[in-house]
Formats: sequence, structure tokens, C-alpha cells
Amino acid sequence: MEKQIAGKTISVNEEGFMTDFSQWDKAVGEALAAENNLQLTPRHWEVIEYIQKEYKNDVPLSIRKIGKSGVVDIKEFYELFPVAPLKTATKIAGIPKPVSCI
Amino acid sequence: MKRLLILGAGTGGTIMANHLRKALKPGEWEIAIADARDKHYYQPGFLFLPFGQYAPEDIVKPITDFIPKDVVFLHKEAQKINPAAKSVSFADGEDYAYDILIIATGTEIAPEEVAGMAGPEWRKSVFDFYSFEGALALRDKLATWEGGRLVVHITEMPIKCPVAPLEFSFLADSFFKEKNMRDKVSITYVTPLSGAFTKPKATATLEYLLKEKNIAIEPDFAIESVDNEKKVIRDYGGREVPFDLLVTVPTNKGSELIENSGLGDDLAFVPTDKSTLQSKIHPDIFVIGDATNVPTSKAGSVVHFEAEILTENILNYIQSKDMKAAFDGHANCFVETGGGKALLIDFNYDHEPVEGTFPIPGIGPLRLLKENRINHLGKLAFRWIYWNILLKARPIPFVTPEMQTAGKNFN
Repeated sequence: MEKQIAGKTISVNEEGFMTDFSQWDKAVGEALAAENNLQLTPRHWEVIEYIQKEYKNDVPLSIRKIGKSGVVDIKEFYELFPVAPLKTATKIAGIPKPVSCI
Repeated sequence: MKRLLILGAGTGGTIMANHLRKALKPGEWEIAIADARDKHYYQPGFLFLPFGQYAPEDIVKPITDFIPKDVVFLHKEAQKINPAAKSVSFADGEDYAYDILIIATGTEIAPEEVAGMAGPEWRKSVFDFYSFEGALALRDKLATWEGGRLVVHITEMPIKCPVAPLEFSFLADSFFKEKNMRDKVSITYVTPLSGAFTKPKATATLEYLLKEKNIAIEPDFAIESVDNEKKVIRDYGGREVPFDLLVTVPTNKGSELIENSGLGDDLAFVPTDKSTLQSKIHPDIFVIGDATNVPTSKAGSVVHFEAEILTENILNYIQSKDMKAAFDGHANCFVETGGGKALLIDFNYDHEPVEGTFPIPGIGPLRLLKENRINHLGKLAFRWIYWNILLKARPIPFVTPEMQTAGKNFN
């Protein structure tokens, strides 16, 4: 389905995750963050850029992996994204949430 | 004489030994396969062992039963891979020089990765079923357990056979019903993901199973520790889930050999081209199965499909031709839902599991993403297929390494 945000049209799935990363930009990220009651700081952006890079390299994301990334530790990750941090961070980053096979 | 060495005589290594012995002339190529163990486990059986549906002897056979003659079995422990020297060092001090190396060393559980998991309650009230010993210990526990809070838990992804913990929950529901004690047991499924089902079609089609079987879900749970005294698992956000019996899938890691050789990612999985299955370490090194970091399920069916692709690519590589065979991430898995029923799922890198017919489009006889008795019989029959067809690299009729889109309902 399509959605209007930050003056753009983006494609999203039933849960609001973007389905076409090429439509993502920082303004979209900020608007998605606002929908999740978050105001993005430079620390948020470092995390978002890290997970986008990992996603592009087909690396499966986990909280532990983010904790070991050297970008942020797990405690700070929870402070930055307090509710379901990985799901929220991937949503703002414009990439799919981590999934299993079914 | 050229030398091809396979590390690991599990599902992937054994299938590759069988494929390549048929494809490479014994006078031109020596093929060796190395493993410190002498037993081959039918790993899908680990799911049934705790419930007494399989006996230990049903799922274990000697490794050498499946190694073709004219393949050398090196019954010893590999300690280090030396890509530059094109050799592998073994614990007995010997080095084996190879022209081509296949890494098939699989994945192991690493409960020590989570604080308290391998603590005083390990195999008392905290169990795994991803190892033979763990599944056996859990069988003995379940035989006398009087009920309480059963928590089925996934530590982190990726794990081998991602549906197994869900199947375990379903089978546990049936098991306690049959023992007339379901009312004494609560079942909670705890996952680091957003739910028990994460793909849209599977969620829409299968979510009813959780309700029907009265299984509670704790999603988005990133475990920080197992508290052995309070008997709770705690996540990084401070959330606690109490248990009387914790059945966890610990962190899955690649083999210690990969870690010691410095060839893996942070979970010791080997960086591998997801299409050709050539390693990203060195052109002479190929990788198959759970040992890779390719973004599909770690599962026996994946290994079976990868083996056909990898055989073709290794033959091309030997002849300095392009490696044209491309692995598509194909997986095909029976999913036990309890009560003598199962589902079948068929998917790849690009397509999520959907409804349809398998393996013959429009006919079946198996139905995708639908629970029924015939799928369960298929899962049981698969043990025979594994020992007699799959490990020996014989073709399975109608089942191709590439996922077929025909017979699937995508919209």
C-alpha cells in the first residue's frame, strides 16, 4: 500500500515497514521516527546508518550484533529506541524487520 | 593426483563426498573427508526424541556407512585452516595439503554466550534440544515432569531449523494433552522477533494455531540473562518471563575450527557468495550448509539443494569455466503442528512460503502451508529418504534444487 509522508509517497506493508528502500531519505526517516514518538539525535543516526549498511550486505541483524558493533552498546540502544528497539530502528531506517522463514 | 578435502561429515559433507566421488575420476582426484566424530545423527529426529516418538537408535548410524569407498575418511580433529598454504592442520600434528577445500562444519549451540544459561540449572530446569545429549536429557525430564510453566525460547537469530522451536511448542501441547495434564502446563513462546510468525502469508494462514493450542507469545525479547535462582529469563529492557522448565535454543555459532582459523564472522559463520557458494576467503575454498552465512534457513533441505549447485560449480571451477550454477536459497521443510499433522513450506531468497501444491504443480500430493495428516506422514517418511537417498546424493523425484514457482499461490 502507499502512504504520504514528509511530502513524499512511499510504499509500505501492512505493518508500516517500507518496501522500497530507494524511496527512503532522511526526511522520511525523521517522519517515521516522529510516528514512533522519537526525535532523532546524531546517536540515533549513527545506529540507523550502521543497520542500513549491514542490511545492504545481507547481514542478519540482531540486538546482540548491534551491541557488538562498536557503534552503540545494548543499554544505549534500548535508551535510544525504548520500545521493541530492533523493530523500531529498522522501521525508521526504511528496511524490513528481522524475520524468520515463516 | 589432485586433492579435494571436505571438512565435516554431517549432512553437507557426506552428500558432497557422494556427489563428487561420482563426478571426479578416482585416478585424477583424491577425495578425503575429515570428522573427529564417528556417529552421524539424523538431526530432524532431535525434535521427536524429547517426546519419546523416536528412540535414540532410530536417529544415529556410523558416519562410515555413508562415506563412499574411494573416499578417504580422516577420523581426526581439524585444528586450523591455512588458506594461503592451502592446507589444514590436524590435532595429531599432520597437515593435509589440498587443491580444493569444502567447509561443511555446521553450527553448534553456544549456551555460554548468555549469562547464566549454562549455569547450575543447565539440564536440570534449563534444556536445549539442538544436541543429541540435550534432547535425551529433556526426554528424561519430560517423562517425570509434573507440570508448571513451560517456556520455549529462542536466544537470537540465525538458528538452525528456525521452525523447530515452534514445532516443539506444538508437539508439547499434544504431548501434555495425551498425558491428560495439559491443564497443569502453561506454554509460552519467547522470541527475539516480532512474533512466532513473521512473514505475512504464514502469519495470516497460521496464526490460528497458537490460539487453538493455547500458546502465549512474548515477542521482541532480547535475552540478557537466565536467573537460575529466581528462575526467570530477563531481557535487556528489564522484562522478565518466569519458568519452571525452560527449553531454549541457545546462540548458534559456527565451528570452533572456523573461529580458530579466523575465517568467520562474529558468529563464526564463513562469508560465502550466496549464489555460487564459493567462500569470500579464498577462491579454492567452498562452503555448504549451516557453516555459511548465506541468508536462507540453516536446514537439511537447503544443504541438499546447495549440494547439487556446488557440485556443478566445483566441476566448472576445476575446468576454469564460469561458475554458472546459482543457488536461489531454496528450502523445503515439514513443520509438525501436533496431533499427527504437519505443514509443508517451500521458499527461497525471494519468495516467502505460500499456499499451493508440491512437488507436482496443481496435483501435489502434498499441500503447502496447510496442516494435514499426509504432510506428517511425509515428515516421518523423510527419515528413510534421508538415510537412503539424500545422504547418498541420489535424486529425489520431482524435487529440483531451484524453487518452482508453478503450483504456488503468490497473491
